[in-house]
Amino acid sequence: MQFYLPIAELPVDAFMILGMGAAVGFISGMFGVGGGFLMTPLLIFVGIPPAVAVATEASQIAASSMTGALNYWRKGALDLKLGVVLLIGGLIGTALGVLFFNRMRKVGQLDTVITISYVTLLGGIGFSMMVESVRAVLAERRGKKRVVRRAGQHAWYEGLPLKVRFHRSGIYVSVIPLSVLSIFIGFAGAVLGIGGGFILVPALIYIFRVPASIVVGTSLFQILFTMIAATMMHAATNYSVDVVLALLLIVGGVFGAQFGARAGLNLRGEHFRLLLALLVFGVAVRFAVDLLVTPVERYSVTLTETPR
Amino acid sequence: MKRAALALLALALACGAARAETLVLSLSSDRIAITSNFTGADIALFGVVERDATTVSRAAAYDVVVGVRGPRGSVVVREKSRVGPMWLNTDQRRYIAIPSYIAMLSNRPLQEIAGEEMRRKITLGVDALVPPQGRRTDIFDPEEPNFRQALMRLRREEGLFVEIGDAAEFLTPSLFRASLRIPGIAPLGRYDVDVTLLSDGVPLARQSAHFNVIKGGIEQRLATAAREQPWSYGLATALMAVFLGWIATIIFRRD
Repeated sequence: MQFYLPIAELPVDAFMILGMGAAVGFISGMFGVGGGFLMTPLLIFVGIPPAVAVATEASQIAASSMTGALNYWRKGALDLKLGVVLLIGGLIGTALGVLFFNRMRKVGQLDTVITISYVTLLGGIGFSMMVESVRAVLAERRGKKRVVRRAGQHAWYEGLPLKVRFHRSGIYVSVIPLSVLSIFIGFAGAVLGIGGGFILVPALIYIFRVPASIVVGTSLFQILFTMIAATMMHAATNYSVDVVLALLLIVGGVFGAQFGARAGLNLRGEHFRLLLALLVFGVAVRFAVDLLVTPVERYSVTLTETPR
Repeated sequence: MKRAALALLALALACGAARAETLVLSLSSDRIAITSNFTGADIALFGVVERDATTVSRAAAYDVVVGVRGPRGSVVVREKSRVGPMWLNTDQRRYIAIPSYIAMLSNRPLQEIAGEEMRRKITLGVDALVPPQGRRTDIFDPEEPNFRQALMRLRREEGLFVEIGDAAEFLTPSLFRASLRIPGIAPLGRYDVDVTLLSDGVPLARQSAHFNVIKGGIEQRLATAAREQPWSYGLATALMAVFLGWIATIIFRRD
């Protein structure tokens, strides 16, 4: 069934978009990630203009993180104070990201920026996740328990000023590295159409030692509000948010996520992380192919001024 | 170019003491509304060649070319080339006032209807509607033709530039019909239709009409809202997302 997207100004197959939403929702439900890093590239590959894909995906992530954040909130597995501190940085990052996005779009390098960022960001994170989880799987097989960090050992960023105590998480850290992290994630989220959970969650666990039980809920809370802000800022400055596309993606995603969450229960921790790492790395490879392989068509046409 | 065509017509008028043919056109609809299930639309054009007693008789049969031009806009054509291991956009040319949609419908291939010189003069064919342009017009730009060819090739592949040599037909010697398919990705706006009547490679008459491609009811309202109240539109979209996310927790509550 063909559906006309009023902002993208092209017809799409509604079942294809619903299916994509469901498939990505399944994966995101299974791994507890937003799935933006899969959905935005998919939308671009099926022919949605990159600007519309990135801007619209923000609203889909808002919907799926709303579902997740509420579930964690009801279980009390959410550090509101930490979430708010992360959110302040996230909003600053989002505003900077949207500005950068519009600037790059104007000079005609948005596609290249998106491609290179996906390759470096997802490639780097996917690779390090892969190494980490392969080590974990091997260590488990040898029957050894790995020690992430010894007691009494301190990293340089723990000595920074402006320390704040977060009771719910039981941590006492400087807001400076927290802000840097959240500004970066807000920025990347606005430019790439991702929530950033797959960066935020490991960073909070490994760098700030936030307990694993609280980290997902807290990161979902932060993502929910940065993505609401990203949706509004994209809509207000580049008019690229397509509400019909958003609706299709959200409906597909909501259903997929429910089944994914059930499938995820059967996966073991180390294997789970390795699969996610492969997935993230796979997307990076897909973009790298675009960048490295000799293109069939070397030319591209972009409309710079809307027809009159 | 239009002036040249007019001059030519004037010349034709002056030479033949008799009156030339005139064209009367009718479009099956003058507006195409894009609704949620829009995948394209068909438009039919009928034309009558009017002659009177003083019109000279022609040795050759009539030919007709229907040119349809979508709203004009600027485009940038970019070329990728190797930078180290990567393929990046490195070179570009800007083309201004290029029709977003071009259809050339004729009763037989354009090459058979008129010579190259004449086609360019009276803008028949996609080629004639995409004038060469460069960053600077006063200096010779050897690369420019590649960009222009690429622009036309890519638009043809998208179905936005079409030349169909048998989309127009004469039902009687003086009545013709042309059918036009507007693709789903056709941009919105005013479409100009220029119909040229030729005989033996010489233009005899030209007549124009137009139609509009507009967004239908709800699509139009959404697009207008996105443009004119972007903050409220963004807020509404975000609220819809959050609301659906909340609904999902109720529907799928696991307890």
